[in-house]
Amino acid sequence: MSGTSGGTYLGMPAFPEAAHDAVRDTTLRGNLRHATHTIRAKRAHAVAEVSDWAELREAGKRIKDHTLRHLDRYLVQVEETVTAAGGTVHWAADAEEANRIVAGLVRETGESEVVKVKSMATQEIGLNEALEAEGIRAYETDLAELIVQLGKDRPSHILVPAIHRNRGEIREIFAREMSEWGRPAPEGLTDSPAELAEAARLHLREKFLRAKVGISGANFVVAETGTLVVVESEGNGRMCLTLPETLISVVGIEKIVPTWRDLEVFLQTLPRSSTAERMNPYTSMWTGTSDSDRADGPRTFHLVLLDNGRTDTLADEVGRQALRCIRCSACLNVCPVYERAGGHAYGSVYPGPIGAILSPQLRGTGSEIDASLPYASSLCGACYEVCPVAIDIPEVLVHLRERVAQGGTATREGAKVVLRPAKGHAAERAAMRAARWAFGRPGALRAGQRLASRTRRLHPRTLPGPGRAWSESRDLPPVPAEPFRDWWRRTNGGEDGAK
Amino acid sequence: MRVALFLTCVNDTLYPDTGRAVVKLLRRLGVEVDFPAGQTCCGQAHYNTGYRHEAEPLARRYAEVFADYDAIVTPSGSCGAMVRELYPRMGERARAEGRGDTLARTLAPVVPRTYELSEFLVDVLGVSDVGAFYPHTVTYHPTCHGLRALGLGDRPLRLLRAVKGLELVELPGAEECCGFGGTFAVKNADVSTAMGVDKVRNAEATGADALCAADNSCLMHLGGTMSRLKVDMRPVHLAEILASTEEEPLV
Ligand code: SF4
Repeated sequence: MSGTSGGTYLGMPAFPEAAHDAVRDTTLRGNLRHATHTIRAKRAHAVAEVSDWAELREAGKRIKDHTLRHLDRYLVQVEETVTAAGGTVHWAADAEEANRIVAGLVRETGESEVVKVKSMATQEIGLNEALEAEGIRAYETDLAELIVQLGKDRPSHILVPAIHRNRGEIREIFAREMSEWGRPAPEGLTDSPAELAEAARLHLREKFLRAKVGISGANFVVAETGTLVVVESEGNGRMCLTLPETLISVVGIEKIVPTWRDLEVFLQTLPRSSTAERMNPYTSMWTGTSDSDRADGPRTFHLVLLDNGRTDTLADEVGRQALRCIRCSACLNVCPVYERAGGHAYGSVYPGPIGAILSPQLRGTGSEIDASLPYASSLCGACYEVCPVAIDIPEVLVHLRERVAQGGTATREGAKVVLRPAKGHAAERAAMRAARWAFGRPGALRAGQRLASRTRRLHPRTLPGPGRAWSESRDLPPVPAEPFRDWWRRTNGGEDGAK
Repeated sequence: MRVALFLTCVNDTLYPDTGRAVVKLLRRLGVEVDFPAGQTCCGQAHYNTGYRHEAEPLARRYAEVFADYDAIVTPSGSCGAMVRELYPRMGERARAEGRGDTLARTLAPVVPRTYELSEFLVDVLGVSDVGAFYPHTVTYHPTCHGLRALGLGDRPLRLLRAVKGLELVELPGAEECCGFGGTFAVKNADVSTAMGVDKVRNAEATGADALCAADNSCLMHLGGTMSRLKVDMRPVHLAEILASTEEEPLV
């Protein structure tokens, strides 16, 4: 069992330390570079085809903002419509409660195994581990999730959890691990994509046909009809959503859209942003249960609505935009930091730019990893540019840096709390204050500059102490003989002809 | 038109040549430029590191020092973006914190009057050929805040293409961040360095003599990386290329 609990990878070091090894792992760097650059280019192409992309992006943002503003109302509506369609709605305040509810529901069926549709919410709450503790085995059926599960690994990407693996590594994992979990990999398996996919298909088919309970998340929940929507590429989701007798869906409360029509926007922006497809191959929608004996689909349906820090996030004026996220992963694919640090360094099932703003809000900034995530960005803005719901990720990062460095108020478990500044920022705070003091007095600034210029021959091109972080890999620029402001004064702005 | 140079604290202290280049270039184009001595720093490092309240007095100082100018020209896409994009946001945040409109109103006048150098040349002066001469192969790195926050587009490239003797070669992966990112460069030194090395290798692959950008902080990071990697290429600010002429070439 891996060390996940409530989405926190226990004992994760701060981001810079976690990234240290990833940066030096040339296989990982190569895998990530290849994968992200390929999808990046495809996405750009798929988006450029749509003449009204900017309008779609704005519409998506507005629909989400509207829904979040009236979430109380829409949640009640979802409960009504889902119940009216024959489903049962459960409310989970946190990961533990959600896991308890799901485990209880599975136990009631008398089953000890479940098949799973790829779902971020269940990853976030560590559902597989919680079920395992109850003696229930959860089988991931998405190809990439399967690779992660068989490899006893952790996901490193929202859409492609095994993005850090190449084909050779996947062949190894299949050949070694499949027999432990069910049908073994075929003899003489090679690393050709077709053979790997076929091995997975055969392995999973058994599970689909046997499973009595399916577990999913949802990309959207339509409030007016109580309809859940899952978009996917492989068809494994469709199997899990139709074959089992009982379906349990764990869905974050921010996944609601008010009307069926609103899907029009997201079913265009999501596939193009995530897989660069015009339309994803499978879109499954279900409303409650099938009551006729001859109809397909589960007879029992449970919807577990998950909060787990979302209401607290909603209370933050700047940070709440993170709840607009439709988990397309476009921001990961364009992020230069993600490309080099890899997904695991983010210490959460939500890696990359969205993870850097979501985890410290859902979990708070108390742990070392969460307090370091807002700094895991050069603020280059590539994520904001591609986000299909226009989440200004750099803005939220800076806002969270403020919370980490300066403390301030935040909402935790529904109550306003005053946060103390995180540890280790005292020296920085003092330096910032000193710089502000000097910059508030041009005279003081000039004195400092002059001192630097006068002693410039003594300056090394590398630095001791905290400056080493700079000069371990980069030389310092030489200090000029005089700062510009002195030259300007001395030469009357260069008018005196002096150089 | 009263035009002021906002040089930025980094350029003032470490890159006075860039400041001299802007002055020389603008004079050549018939623009008298002033350097108000009260200027210091726009507050970007404070703001972006999470010290918004420390940045506020610096923003107020900026608004005060440059209040009487019609145009404020800065040779930094990043500091230009701080004023244009983030000063209004600082005003909004102060308002949201119940501190009224004062900050927003103080900062508002200087926001639209602040121009990054290439914007000022192309949009305000309406020139793309500034009469420069620079007989070298150059590749251009569009820095992130200029590219995405200010939307400089092809303005710098248009200016470079018109430079006599200059051969412009395309930089592979041009729009990827160089990894500087202010305090990011030290807080996440490993990732920052990896990004810088990739950028330098891409620049090196073009075979250009010089790597040009419109932000000296990014060039400081890239130049430091080049020097450490012993890459024989010169980091050079856009202003210095545009100021160079046949009579007074940049050496
Ligand atoms: S933040 Fe935006 S780009 Fe990133 S996963 Fe969410 S919706 Fe996609």
